Amino acid sequence: MRYHAPATFDEAVSIAAKASGVTRFLAGGTDVLVQLRAGAVTPDDLIDLKKIPGTHDITAQPDGGWRIGIAVSGASLGAHAKLVADWPGVVEGMELVGSTQVQGRATLTGNLCNGSPAADSVPGLVAAGATVTILGPDGSRELPVEQVPVKPGKTALEPGEIITAINLPPRGKNGGDAYLRFIPRTEMDIAVVGCAVSLTRENDKITAARVALGAVAPTVLLDEACAQAIVGTTLDDAALAALAEAASGAAKPISDKRGSKEFRVDVVGVLARRAAKIAYERAAK
Amino acid sequence: MAKDEITKEFKWIGTTPDRPDGLDKVTGRARYGADFNLPNMLYAAVVRSPHAHAKILKIDASKALAMKGVKAVVTRADLPEGLTGEDLYLQENTLAGEKALYDGHAVAAVAATSQLLANDAAKLIEVEYEVLPHVTDVDKAMAKDAPVILPDCADHTVPEGMGPNVARMIEFGRGDLDAGYAEADLVHEQSYTTEATHQGYIEPHAAVGQMGSDGKGEMWVCTQGQWFIRKMCSAVLGTDPAQLRVTPSEIGGGFGGKTTIFMEPLPLALSKKAGGRPVKLVMSRSDVLRATGPTASASMDVKMGMKKDGTITAAQVTFRMQGGPFPGASPVGEALSCAFACYDIPNLMHVGYEVLANRPKCAAYRAPGSPMAAYAVESMVDELCRELSLDPIDVRLKNGVKEGSRASYGPKFKTIGLAETLEAAKSHPNYAVALGPNQGRGVASGFWFNHGGETSVSLAISEDGTAQVSVGTPDIGGSRASIALMTAETLGIPYENVRVNIVETGALGVNEPTHGSRATFASGKAMWEAANQAIKEMCKRAAQKWDIDPEAVTWKDGAAHPAGDNAGQFEPMSIKEIAAEMGKTGGPISGHHESTPSGAGPSFGTHVVDVEVDPETGRVTVLRYLVTQDAGRAIHPQYVEGQYQGGAAQGIGWALNEGYIYGEDGRLQNSVFLDYRVPVASDLPMIDTVIVEVPNPGHPFGVRGVGETGITPPLPAIANAIHAATGARLRALPMNPPAVLAAIKAMA
Repeated sequence: MRYHAPATFDEAVSIAAKASGVTRFLAGGTDVLVQLRAGAVTPDDLIDLKKIPGTHDITAQPDGGWRIGIAVSGASLGAHAKLVADWPGVVEGMELVGSTQVQGRATLTGNLCNGSPAADSVPGLVAAGATVTILGPDGSRELPVEQVPVKPGKTALEPGEIITAINLPPRGKNGGDAYLRFIPRTEMDIAVVGCAVSLTRENDKITAARVALGAVAPTVLLDEACAQAIVGTTLDDAALAALAEAASGAAKPISDKRGSKEFRVDVVGVLARRAAKIAYERAAK
Repeated sequence: MAKDEITKEFKWIGTTPDRPDGLDKVTGRARYGADFNLPNMLYAAVVRSPHAHAKILKIDASKALAMKGVKAVVTRADLPEGLTGEDLYLQENTLAGEKALYDGHAVAAVAATSQLLANDAAKLIEVEYEVLPHVTDVDKAMAKDAPVILPDCADHTVPEGMGPNVARMIEFGRGDLDAGYAEADLVHEQSYTTEATHQGYIEPHAAVGQMGSDGKGEMWVCTQGQWFIRKMCSAVLGTDPAQLRVTPSEIGGGFGGKTTIFMEPLPLALSKKAGGRPVKLVMSRSDVLRATGPTASASMDVKMGMKKDGTITAAQVTFRMQGGPFPGASPVGEALSCAFACYDIPNLMHVGYEVLANRPKCAAYRAPGSPMAAYAVESMVDELCRELSLDPIDVRLKNGVKEGSRASYGPKFKTIGLAETLEAAKSHPNYAVALGPNQGRGVASGFWFNHGGETSVSLAISEDGTAQVSVGTPDIGGSRASIALMTAETLGIPYENVRVNIVETGALGVNEPTHGSRATFASGKAMWEAANQAIKEMCKRAAQKWDIDPEAVTWKDGAAHPAGDNAGQFEPMSIKEIAAEMGKTGGPISGHHESTPSGAGPSFGTHVVDVEVDPETGRVTVLRYLVTQDAGRAIHPQYVEGQYQGGAAQGIGWALNEGYIYGEDGRLQNSVFLDYRVPVASDLPMIDTVIVEVPNPGHPFGVRGVGETGITPPLPAIANAIHAATGARLRALPMNPPAVLAAIKAMA
C-alpha cells in the first residue's frame, strides 16, 4: 500500500490518474480506515486529501450559497452558525453520522463517496439541490449530488477524478429544510429509512419543494411526485397524505437485516410527512 | 454473638466506598487480556469456516508455512484423539475435525512474528470444503428430515421416532393437569419464540499462552474462571492440568460467556509447536459474535389455567432450545426449572428438548434459560390477567412462592423474598404514574437459583496489620469491593486496609468460575471462615502475651480484648500490635478455607416498565423502568444496583433489538455491533431500583447472589407493556420496529 499526501488537487489528480490498482481517497477516513482494519479493502494507493489547503474551509459565496471543503468535519459543520441557519436539514443529516468521535473526522464528501444509499448526509444535500465540483485529468466539471452515487458503493467519478468541494445554493427567503431517519435505537446506527425535504413558502403556501428518500433504493432518490404532492398546498392533511403516498410509492427497497421491504415502504411515508412539517415550520422563520 | 446469627449492626457492610479496581480502570492502568505481552512473543490468527455445515476435505498450509516469519500452524491433526463427551465437544469446537459445524467454526490457526504476518498467512491456508445442507432454526432442526449434524447424538432420554438433532429430552411435573384445567375458569395455550443473543461483553477474548514440548505451560487470559481454563485446555491438548498455570487478567465483562473455552487452547498448541515461544491470540468482535458462546434460541409452548380470582390451577410448558452443534450446551433444563419457579401451582408439567443446530456452541448467559422461560410464562400470566381484568401484581402475590413452598423444580424454599419484591413494586411511585396515549405498563417477575460451587480462599495478616485476601473468583461485578467490605467488617479494620487479589491457579485449590452469581456469596463466605481462623490465632497471640487462656480473649473492633473482668485487666491489643510482633510470637498469621458451600439462597425480582409505542413506525421507547430484587443483604448497595441495572439493560436489548440473524446460506448476517444492536446509553431511561433485603440464612451476612435474576423479567415485562400500549401481543423476540408495526397493522 502506498500512502500519498498531495499538497494540491492537481497533484492529487495526477497521482490518482496514474494509480492502476485499488485506490482510496482519505478525507475523514471514517469509512476507509474501518474497511482497512477489517481487511475488507486493502488499497494499493491511499491518497490523503485533507492536507490540501482550503479543504477544511466553509466559504460563503457571493451569490449567498456555500462552498464546503472536502475535509470539513461534521463537528465543524454543526459549529458554523450561519450555515446551520441556512441549511439546518443538511447539517442535521451530517450530524447523525456516527459518534461524537466520528463527528470530529467524518465529512460530507466522504459520506457521499462511500456510495451508501443509507448515507445520512446525502438526502439533505440532494433536497437542498447541492452540487459537487469535480477535478479530473480532463479538467473540472460540476455534478448534482444525486448523480454522484450510481449504485451501492459506486460513484459516477471517473478514474483520476476527485471531488474538490460541495456547493450549496443560496437558501433565499422563506426556505426551510429538514432530515429525519429511522433507526431502531437512538444513535450509533445506520438509517433503515431516511427522508429530507427542502421547501420554500410564500406566506402559508409552498412554492417549491425537493424531497429526497434514503435507504429505499440503490441510491438516494430525488422524487418529483413527492414534491408535486406538496407544492401549491399549505401542507394540510390532504397534502401530507398525498406526500406519504408518493414517498411510499417511490420507494423500491429491499428486505435485509436492517428492515423489511414492507416496513421501509410504510415508514418512508411517515418520515416524509414528519420531515415536511419540520421544514415547513423552519421556512416560516 | 453466635457466628451464624445475622445481625443488622454493621460498620462497613452497606456502605459504598470506591471500588479498589476503579482508579486502575478509569486511568487505563488495569491490564485486560489483550494488554499482556512477553518478550519473543508470536501472534496468532485463526482460519474460520465460511460455511454453516461442510465436510473438510483438505487443509493445505504449505504456502503459509513457507512465509518468512511464520512459526507454526495447527489443525485438528495436531490435537490428541480419543476424547469423549464434553472434552471431545470442547476439542471439536476449538478446531473442527471432519466437519465444520457452523459459520465461524475454527479450522486452523497460525502463529507468526507479527499480527499482520499472521493475518496474511491465515489467508494462504487453503481449506477445501464439501458444503452440506445446514439448519439454524430450532423448529426446523427438530424435524425428522433435518440435516444430521452429529450422528447418533440422542441419549437414552430421547424417545424413538424423534428427529436426528434431538439430543436429550427432559420431563418432570406433579399433580393432575386435567383436573387442574377443569378447575380453571380460563385456559389459554400459546407459543412463543426467542432469538439467540450474545452476552456482548466489551472485551473480546484474549490470551497469551506458552507451552514447552514437555507440556508445561503458562497462560494469561481474560476469563471468569482460571481453573476451568486450566482443566478444559489440558483436556483438549491432552496435557496435565497441574502443569499449566493460568493467570486471569482484569476482565471487561463476561456474563457467563467466559466460563468456558473457545480459542484458548490454540495459543498453547501453537506455542508448543513453535518451540515454546509465547503466542498471543486476540479475537475480533466479529469472531466473538460468530464463534464464542451466545445463548440458545427457543421455541416454546405454554398452557395455563386460571380461576376468576386469579388462582393458577395448572400449567405446562414444552420448550425446544438449540444450543449449537453439540449436546450439553442448551440451557433447556435450567429453563424448565425456572419456568414456574415464581409460582405455587399444584398441577405442573415440564417437557424440554435439547436440539442441535448449525450455530455456535452456546455458553452460559446471565441466568441461562430463565429469560426465555420467563418470556413465555410471564407473557401467558399477563394474557390471563388481562382477560380476567386482574392486577398483575396481585395475581403474582396470590400465587407466588414463599418460605416453605414446594418449588416447581422440586425442593422446598427456605426464606425467600418474592412477595417483598412484589410489594415493593406495588408501592413504588412508578406503579402509580398516569400513562398517556400510546403508552403502556408491563409487569413481570423472575428467578434465579444462585450457586455455591467449589471455593478456596486464603487470608493473610500483613506486618502492618492490614489484610490481604486471595480469592479465585475473577471480579466481574464489584466482588473485590464486596469481599473487602466483608473482610473489614469481620476483622474490624478499615476497608482501605484490605486488599483483595484475584489469584492464579497455583495459589489456591480449585475454584469454580465466577458464575451462578456466586462470587460474593461463596468467596465471601469462605473469606469469613478464613478471617475467623486468623482472629482465633490473633486472640491466641494476645492470650500468650497476657498469659491467660485463649478462650478468655474476644475479638472486637480490630483488637483482642479480655473476655471479661475474670479474664484479667489488660489493655486491648490491636491487630496492628499483634501483626507487628507475629514473627516473634509464632510466625505469620493467616486463615484459609475451602468448601463447596450450600445455602446459596435464590433471588427473586419484579420489574415494572412503561413504554411508549410510535403507532406509525412500531418504535418502542422505554419511558421508565423499575427493578425490585431481593439481595438478601446488599454488601455494597451501589454495585448491587449496578447488577440490577445491567441485567435490565441486557434484557431490554434482548427484548427489543438484539438477535442473531442468519441468512439462507447459514451465515451470520450481523456479526458487528452496528447490526447486532445492543442498547446504547441514550436508549435507556435511568433504571430505578429498590433493593429488597430478605437475608439469606445460608450466609454469615445474609448475602444472596444478585447478578443474574435481573435479566429475566425484562423480556416479558416489555412484551406486556407493548400489549398494554397497543393491544398487540408479540409472541416472538426481538420486538423490533418492523415486528411491532406488523403486529399493530395486523390488528387493524
